[in-house]
Amino acid sequence: MSTNTAYYIPHKATWPVIGTAGLMTMLAGFANYLNGSSIGPTMMVIGLLVFIVMLVGWFTLQAKESESGMYNHGVGISYRMGMMWFIFSEIIFFAVFFGTLWYTRNLSVPWLGEGATKEILHSAYQATWPTNGPGNVGGHYEPMGAWGLPFLNTLLLLTSGVTCTWAHHGLLAKNRDQLIKGLAATVLLGFLFVTFQAIEYHEAYTEMGLTLGSGIYGSTFFMLTGFHGFHVCVGAIILSVVLFRSAKGHFKPENHFAFEAAAWYWHFVDVVWLGLFIFVYLM
Amino acid sequence: MSAAVAEHDDHHDDHDHGPAKGLLRWIITTNHKDIGTLYLLFALAMFFVGGSMAMVIRAELFEPGLQFVDPAFFNSMTTMHALVMVFGAVMPAFVGLANWQIPLMIGAADMALPRMNNMSFWMLVAGVLLLASTLFMEGGAPNGGWTLYPPLVLQPITVGKALPFAIFSVHLLGISSIMGAINIIATILNMRAPAMRLMDMPLFVWTWLITAFLLIAVMPVFAGAVTMLLTDKFFHTSFFNAAGGGDPVLYEHIFWFFGHPEVYIMILPTFGVASTIIPVFARKPLFGYASMVWATASIAFLSFIVWAHHMFTVGMPIAGELYFMYATMIIAVPTGVKVFNWTATMWKGAMTFETPMLFSIAFVVLFTMGGFTGLMMAIAPADFQYHDTYFIVAHFHYTLVPASIFILMAAGYFWLPKWTGHMYNEKIGQLHFWLSAISVNILFFPQHFLGLAGMPRRIPDYAIQFADWNMISSIGGFIFGASQLLFLYIVVDTIKGGTGEKVTDEVWEDAAKHGLEWTLPSPVPYHTWTTPPTTVPTEHVLDTH
Repeated sequence: MSTNTAYYIPHKATWPVIGTAGLMTMLAGFANYLNGSSIGPTMMVIGLLVFIVMLVGWFTLQAKESESGMYNHGVGISYRMGMMWFIFSEIIFFAVFFGTLWYTRNLSVPWLGEGATKEILHSAYQATWPTNGPGNVGGHYEPMGAWGLPFLNTLLLLTSGVTCTWAHHGLLAKNRDQLIKGLAATVLLGFLFVTFQAIEYHEAYTEMGLTLGSGIYGSTFFMLTGFHGFHVCVGAIILSVVLFRSAKGHFKPENHFAFEAAAWYWHFVDVVWLGLFIFVYLM
Repeated sequence: MSAAVAEHDDHHDDHDHGPAKGLLRWIITTNHKDIGTLYLLFALAMFFVGGSMAMVIRAELFEPGLQFVDPAFFNSMTTMHALVMVFGAVMPAFVGLANWQIPLMIGAADMALPRMNNMSFWMLVAGVLLLASTLFMEGGAPNGGWTLYPPLVLQPITVGKALPFAIFSVHLLGISSIMGAINIIATILNMRAPAMRLMDMPLFVWTWLITAFLLIAVMPVFAGAVTMLLTDKFFHTSFFNAAGGGDPVLYEHIFWFFGHPEVYIMILPTFGVASTIIPVFARKPLFGYASMVWATASIAFLSFIVWAHHMFTVGMPIAGELYFMYATMIIAVPTGVKVFNWTATMWKGAMTFETPMLFSIAFVVLFTMGGFTGLMMAIAPADFQYHDTYFIVAHFHYTLVPASIFILMAAGYFWLPKWTGHMYNEKIGQLHFWLSAISVNILFFPQHFLGLAGMPRRIPDYAIQFADWNMISSIGGFIFGASQLLFLYIVVDTIKGGTGEKVTDEVWEDAAKHGLEWTLPSPVPYHTWTTPPTTVPTEHVLDTH
């Protein structure tokens, strides 16, 4: 519990507008790059740097305020609600791509292989999953199997969920050593996961002919696993910050919102992976 | 930590207690009233930008043939008019009202997450800037319609260089809306005065709570859909490409899974404001408070399961057509509950007809008309005739202009005296109302006839038999557009002092019975409810206790 009874209301904020400017510059740069303009990449880098500076600055400020006891219980509840609903929005974002996978596998691909569509347009097409469509878009490819690296990655992420919870128990029991070890293991497993996924992608592109352009199979495969991989990276970076703060002696059993938020995010990423393993790799 | 501690004392006056000096105040502010003002002024500016585009459209359609603009630019105008009005005007205006009113109405010192509140506003500006920048690009602004349907929107001729900017604009607007919605939910659930139970909350707060949930649930859907457009265009994916096993119809499903809740995002806060204003001027408690809450929640739930009624003609299995037809018609039930409740609130009330009430009554009548045409189009076989004609244009403009926009005007007249401490000029207000209410019908009513007669939407030219009604519609449009300058004048005039009459704390007779905000001084001080109120008005919820 913090020492304050009043709900903390900051009086001005400079980071939000800086972060917004950074993000906007980055996206405008990306759009310019996609349009073939030479100024694009420079804008992207500048925007990204500004955005990173904002993240560091804003989170440092929050950590300082939190450690000096400025946040009371009510502020903590607002932050928890904020994180919960943010994760909810992320779940919806992933649901769009899972929904796309479901729709194409169960509806639109079968439609391509039946009735007049098949007879008139492409009688040779076998509408079975995985597919790159009647146009053989992207050329020959091999689908990704489930039992090599992906299964190993499943084990890694599940283990990391356990180590994360172990670290939380350490924090609650005021066992800082356990907290730090647990977090370090989680971060390590997270980055190991990303490394293995990079190896998997490399194999897909160089040996299996499987790319983002391999029809609807390649599109859904890389979009789902790619966005997930990005989220693992973000989660691992967040946990690294939490690890760094733990090493500095931050967090108390009754006040550790940043740890909780990071842990929630990590479990969310974990659960999404289970969905991916089942629906993208296994089925 | 003295300087940084929250204000928990009403009376000491250190430097924290006023706004910062100069222009910087507006950039770095975390005050819910400042941010509310920013949202409202930005929305008003966008209302005139989007309105100017509508004037271009109506000018071109004044007569058959091509008069003023080339067809591609015309299509850019229809596309941008929709995007600017939806994402730049109506949604931000309601977020502005939420920022101003929710803390005042629930007895909170500010929004729950003030820094994020600042960021959601600037993200909105960033998103609109990216979108507006496309107007000046090679190939012009997006012109494939605001729905951005593939494969049309992926054709080079349709987008030029605008597509990635429009897509990233949607991402920024989505981030802005989600952050705003999270803030609203956290504020309502965590910052209420202890005396205020959920079923004591003013309807405006209830409707925003539910709207915020809708926003978080569907903005990521739109973001996902446009992300797939981006990768289909630039990164060789096949989501909407049948040759690769994808399906363009998938985009329509995803878009409208976002799009249908989205239209309720614009109408539910409208219901909330109407439910706040009508009881004050009828001098009665709102009729059926609890049923209003449940009706709002029902409408929100139904909005998720009716999306394909926007796509009856796309080629769906017959079972799908029937399901979406019946599910859509069910929405008429909770909506009917609301219309009857507003009417019953006025029944035998001691009514007076100040400008906010006039706009609210016009809303009840004209929104109901928009609802009825909605029912007509919910009937799948009938919709095959109406689809993509001016009938749908008339329908959704009736649910947006004399509904959402009218209620936003009503809210302006209703709360401006509270915010500024000045009374607006009632005569000009009434003139604004009558000009708007009459011209909006001249503008949109004939479009029903045009649609039934078969005039397609989104075209710059038309067959000769549509000429008369188009000319009448355009005349209505010009009068309506010009009338809104009166509103601009009134807003500026009221901020600068209005009639000079000093308003009371209640502003409207017995308003304090209806809402906490009327127990505060007028103008509202920069910081309010630093200690939460101990009692809350329950007049509006009488029938639930």
